[in-house]
Amino acid sequence: MIRNSASEMAAKLAAGETTSVALTQAHLDRITAVDADIHAFLYVDTEGALAQAAAVDAKRAKGEKLSPLAGVPLALKDVMAQKGVPTTCGSKILEGWRPPYDSTVVANLKKNDVVILGKTNMDEFAMGSSTENSAYGPTHNPWDLTRIPGGSGGGSSAALAAFEAPLAIGTDTGGSIRQPAAVTGTVGVKPTYGGVSRFGLVAFSSSLDQAGPCARTVLDTALLHEAIAGHDPKDATSINAPVPQVVAAAKSGDVKGMKIGVVKELNGDGYQPGVRARFEESLELLAKAGAEIVEVSAPNFEYALAAYYLIAPSECSSNLARFDAMRYGLRVGDVDGASAESVMNLTREVGFGKEVKRRIILGTYALSSGYYDAYYGSAQKVRTLITQDFTKAFEKADVLVSPTCPTTAFKIGEKANDPLAMYLNDIATIPVNMAGIGGMSLPSGLADEDGLPVGFQIMSPVMKDERMYSVGAALEAALLSKWGAPLLDKAPVLGGAR
Amino acid sequence: MTLSYDDVIAKYEPVLGLEVHVELNTNSKMFCGCSTVFGAEPNTQTCPVCLALPGALPVVNEKAIESTIKIGLALNCSIAPFSRFARKNYFYPDMPKNFQISQYDEPICVDGYVDVEIETDEGPKTFRVEVERVHMEEDTGKSLHVGGATGRIHGAEYSLLDYNRAGIPLVEIVTKIVPGTGKYAPEVAKAYVAELRDILRALGVSDVKMEQGSLRCDANVSLRLIGAEKLGTRSETKNVNSLRSVERAVRGEMIRHAELLNAGGRVVQETRHFQEDTGLTRSGRSKEQAEDYRYFPEPDLVPVAPDAAWIEELRATLPERPSIRRKRLQEAWAVPDKEMAAMINADVLDIVEATVLLGSDPTKARSWWLGEISRIANDKNVAIADLTITPQDVAEIVALVNAGELTDKLARQVVEGVIAGEGKPSEVVAKRGIKVVNDDGALMAAIEKVCAEQAETAEKVRNGHLPAAGALIGAVMKETKGQADAARVRELLLGHLGQAN
Amino acid sequence: MSSLSRDDVAKLAGLARIEMSEEELVNLSNEFTVILDAVARVQEVAGADVEPTSHPLPLRNVFRADVVVPSLTPEEALSGAPAQEEQRFRVPQILGEE
Ligand SMILES: [Mg+2]
Ligand SMILES: [Zn+2]
Repeated sequence: MIRNSASEMAAKLAAGETTSVALTQAHLDRITAVDADIHAFLYVDTEGALAQAAAVDAKRAKGEKLSPLAGVPLALKDVMAQKGVPTTCGSKILEGWRPPYDSTVVANLKKNDVVILGKTNMDEFAMGSSTENSAYGPTHNPWDLTRIPGGSGGGSSAALAAFEAPLAIGTDTGGSIRQPAAVTGTVGVKPTYGGVSRFGLVAFSSSLDQAGPCARTVLDTALLHEAIAGHDPKDATSINAPVPQVVAAAKSGDVKGMKIGVVKELNGDGYQPGVRARFEESLELLAKAGAEIVEVSAPNFEYALAAYYLIAPSECSSNLARFDAMRYGLRVGDVDGASAESVMNLTREVGFGKEVKRRIILGTYALSSGYYDAYYGSAQKVRTLITQDFTKAFEKADVLVSPTCPTTAFKIGEKANDPLAMYLNDIATIPVNMAGIGGMSLPSGLADEDGLPVGFQIMSPVMKDERMYSVGAALEAALLSKWGAPLLDKAPVLGGAR
Repeated sequence: MTLSYDDVIAKYEPVLGLEVHVELNTNSKMFCGCSTVFGAEPNTQTCPVCLALPGALPVVNEKAIESTIKIGLALNCSIAPFSRFARKNYFYPDMPKNFQISQYDEPICVDGYVDVEIETDEGPKTFRVEVERVHMEEDTGKSLHVGGATGRIHGAEYSLLDYNRAGIPLVEIVTKIVPGTGKYAPEVAKAYVAELRDILRALGVSDVKMEQGSLRCDANVSLRLIGAEKLGTRSETKNVNSLRSVERAVRGEMIRHAELLNAGGRVVQETRHFQEDTGLTRSGRSKEQAEDYRYFPEPDLVPVAPDAAWIEELRATLPERPSIRRKRLQEAWAVPDKEMAAMINADVLDIVEATVLLGSDPTKARSWWLGEISRIANDKNVAIADLTITPQDVAEIVALVNAGELTDKLARQVVEGVIAGEGKPSEVVAKRGIKVVNDDGALMAAIEKVCAEQAETAEKVRNGHLPAAGALIGAVMKETKGQADAARVRELLLGHLGQAN
Repeated sequence: MSSLSRDDVAKLAGLARIEMSEEELVNLSNEFTVILDAVARVQEVAGADVEPTSHPLPLRNVFRADVVVPSLTPEEALSGAPAQEEQRFRVPQILGEE
C-alpha cells in the first residue's frame, strides 16, 4: 500500500478500500522500520497524525465532500511552523520551540485533510545542498545510505524515496526542492514565487524562498500544488490571481507543438557524463511526443551563483537576527551579571552551525556601508540581467530545460569542507529563484557510471506553472513506458521488506 | 560658572534640527492586526508578526500609509510616486526582529515646510522650518528595568519586556537644518513642535499626547561662531516629552555647547537624554563610531506607489490649516490676542468651537471652558477632554441661562453635576431640583422676612445707603436656596425699601 | 583580490552578535578570501545602467485594511520564552541606551 502513488491511495480511500487511519498507521510503521537508517524525520507526530486521520475517516463516513488528497499522509519540512509541533529548522537555536500558530501551508493542508506525519530533516535554516548541515545529524539517501539525499530538503526527498510518505512539503531558495528530488529519483516543484504563501515558512532569503510540493509522480505533485497554493493576505508578496491549472496539465501531459528550449549554458563542462546522457535521452523522448526542441542562450547565468551567494546571505543575516535568546529558543550564558548582549553573542555562537555563521558573516559584510554597492547592489543588478535572459529565452520557447544538477548524489562528507564545491550543486537551479519563475525536477533515469538517479529540470514563466506539469507528465509517461516500472523500483530494498 | 544665554547668543549662532516621531492612531498595528489601544495588560496585544516569531510576515496597514500621505500634504511635501520600506539592522531586546522596518533613501514624503509664528522683540515674526522627509516606521516594545535603584537601565539586574507597543505605526518627520533663528532658537523649536502637534491633531491621525509618548521630539542642536559657515558638531537630545521641555532642552544645550567651546573643548557627537527635573541633559550613546545599520530594501514588502488620483483624494480630506483657522476664529469671535492665547494654551479651541457651533455665544462658551470647567479639570488633574462634559452640555446650559431658567450660580451646580456623572444638564436640573424662583410672591415673602430680621440694615438702605443692600440680597438668596434670580431680588428689594429708580 | 582580515571578521561577528573563537576568526578570514573572490564576479557585469532587482515580481501597493484581529493569548505569546515574569519576557540586563 505504501508504494502506491498518493492519487492511488486517495482513490482507495474514496472507494472505501482502506481508511486513512490504516494508511497513516502503515506509514508510521514504515517510519519505525526504516528511519533509523534514513533519518528523514526530526519529529514524528504519531498521535496528531492518527487523530487527524480518524477525523478524516469520520468525515468520509458521514458522506462529507472531501478534497482530492483527503486522508493521504504527508511529511512536512521542519522549516514550516505547525501549531504545537516542534519546529527546529534543523538548528539547535530552535530546539524545543513549538509555534503557537500554523503556517498558511499547514493551514491549507489541514483544510484539505492531508494528514501530517511529522517534520523532516533539513540543512540548518535551509542553508545547504546535502542536509549534512542539520544540527541533528545527516539524512541518508535511500539509494545509497552513504550518500547525501540532497538539500536543504533532504529529509523530505528521502522520506518519499524510502516510502515513508507519499507526499512532502519542501522549500526552495536556490534549489532545495529540486536538487533533493533529482538525487533521490523523486519529483519536486518550486512554484512561481508568490504562488504559495510564505507565511509561517521560517525565512532564509525572503526574496528567493518558495514552498512547494514534493511527491513520487508528477500528478501527485500537481494535486499537492493545488492544495497549498493560492493568494494569502498574510503574505504581501503573494500573488493575487487564480492558481495555475496544474492538475489538469499533469493529467493531459500534452506537449504537441510546444517549444522546449535547452539552455546552452546549463549543460556541458562540469556536468557528469551520465547526467548528460539521461538529459539527451529525455529530450529525444519529448521530441517524439511532439515537442519542438530549440536551443536558447542565457549569457548571464554564469553570474547567478555569485549573485545568489551575496543576496541569500545578505537577507539571511537580517532574517536570522531574531534568534537572539530573548523571546524563544535557546538561551546560553544567562548567569548572574550577564548582559543581554553577551547572552545574544553566546547563544548565537552555540546555537548556529558553521555554514549558518559563514553566511551571516558574509551577508553582514555584503550589506555593510562602503561595500553595499559593490556586493549586494551589484548582485541585485545581476538579478535583473538574469531575469532579462529568461524573458528573452521565453520568447523563443514555452518552457526551458536543463539537467537539475551537474552530478548525482555525492558521498556524505565528500564536500563538507569545501563550501565553493558545495555551492556548485545549485548552479542550474539558482537562476529560477533569481527570476521568481517556476521550476520542476523529475527523474530521468540512472547514470550509467554510478547507477544513481538523475534529475531533469523544467522551467516555466511566472504563473505559467501548468506548462512544466504538461512537459513533466509527458516525459514521465514516456520514461515509464520505456522502463516498464517506476524508477524507484530499482532502488535497494530497505529494512528488509517492501 | 554658568554662561548666561545672552553671552551665548552674542558669540554663537545656533543651528537646529528637529526629528519628531508620531504614533499614528490607527486601530491596528503597522504590520499586523493587533490592537493599538494604550494601557492594556502586558503582552496581550501581540501576535507572531509583532513578536517576530519565526516565519511571520508583515503586511502594511493601508490607513497608516494614508495618514502619512496626509501628513506629508499638510506639511507641503511632495509625495513620492514610488517609495519603499527598508530594514534598519541593529540588535536591541525591545525590537523583536532585531531590525526595524523603516524607510531609508526612498521615503513617502519629501521637501515640505512649516511656517511658525513667534513673538519677537520686534513683534510677531514668521520662521519657515523646512521639512526634509516624512517617513514610516514602527515602534518598539517597552522594557521595565528591575533591580536598579531608580527603575532606570543603569544598575538594573534584569529587564522585563512588554511588546504591546511593538509595531505601532510611527511617522518620523525630519526637518532640514534650521539656521537663522538666532536667539529665538528655543522658541522656534517649541513653536514648530506645537504647530506640528496642532496640524497632526487637526488631521486626526494621532493622539499627539507628548506625555503618553505618542508624540516624541529629538532636538539636534549645534553652534557655530556668528558669521562662520561650517556647522558645529551637533548633539541629539532624545525624547523630550513636553513643549516646555523642547524649549528648555534647546536652550540648555546651547549653553552647554557654548561653555564647552569657550573652554577650548569640543562638542561630542552623541545622543543625550533630557532630564525633566533639572532641565539638563545627560550623555547617552556616543555616535563617534557610527552604527552600521546595513539598510536594504525590505524583501517581505512591496513598494508603495500612490497614484495621483489617490493623492488627490487624500488632499481633498485635509482640514483647514490650524494657523489659518485660529485667525478665522479669533476674528469671528472678536477675541483679544491674550484671550486667544489663553484658549490655545489651555487646548480648548476645538471644544469652544464645537460649543459655539451648537448655538452658544462665543464669549459664554469661552468663559465656561476656560473658567469653571478648566478649574475642575485642574483640581482633578485630568485633561479637559477627559471630563464627561461635552460641548452639547455646555451649549444647553448656556441656553438655559439665556432663557432665565438658570442663574449663573445655578448653572455652575449643573456643570458640577454633569461632570460628576449625574447625566445631561436637564437631568441634573431635574434630579437636584434646581430651578429659578420666579414667583414674586414667594420672593416678597422672603424679602419681608429678611428685612424684619435685619431691620437695622434695611433702615440704612431705606435711607439711601445702597451698598448695604448686598447683605440683604445675599440673605434672600440664601433663604431661597440660591434658586432666585439675584437681579430680580435686587429689583424687588429696592422697591420694597423705597429705592426703586 | 578581495579579502577579509581576522579583525574584519571580528568586527562583522560583533555586528552580527556572534561570539567567535580566535580559531574561528582566522578560519573564516581564510575562507572569505576564496569566497569573496568568487562572489566578486558580480561586479564584472553589473553596469551602472542596470536597474537593481530587489524583488522578483513587480507588485505594488499591497495593503491590509486597518482592522483589529485577535492577538495571541499572553500564554501563547510567552510560550517559548526562556524566562518570564509578570507576564513579560525576562531578559538579562540591557547595557547601553534606554
Ligand atoms: Mg527613525
Ligand atoms: Zn501583532
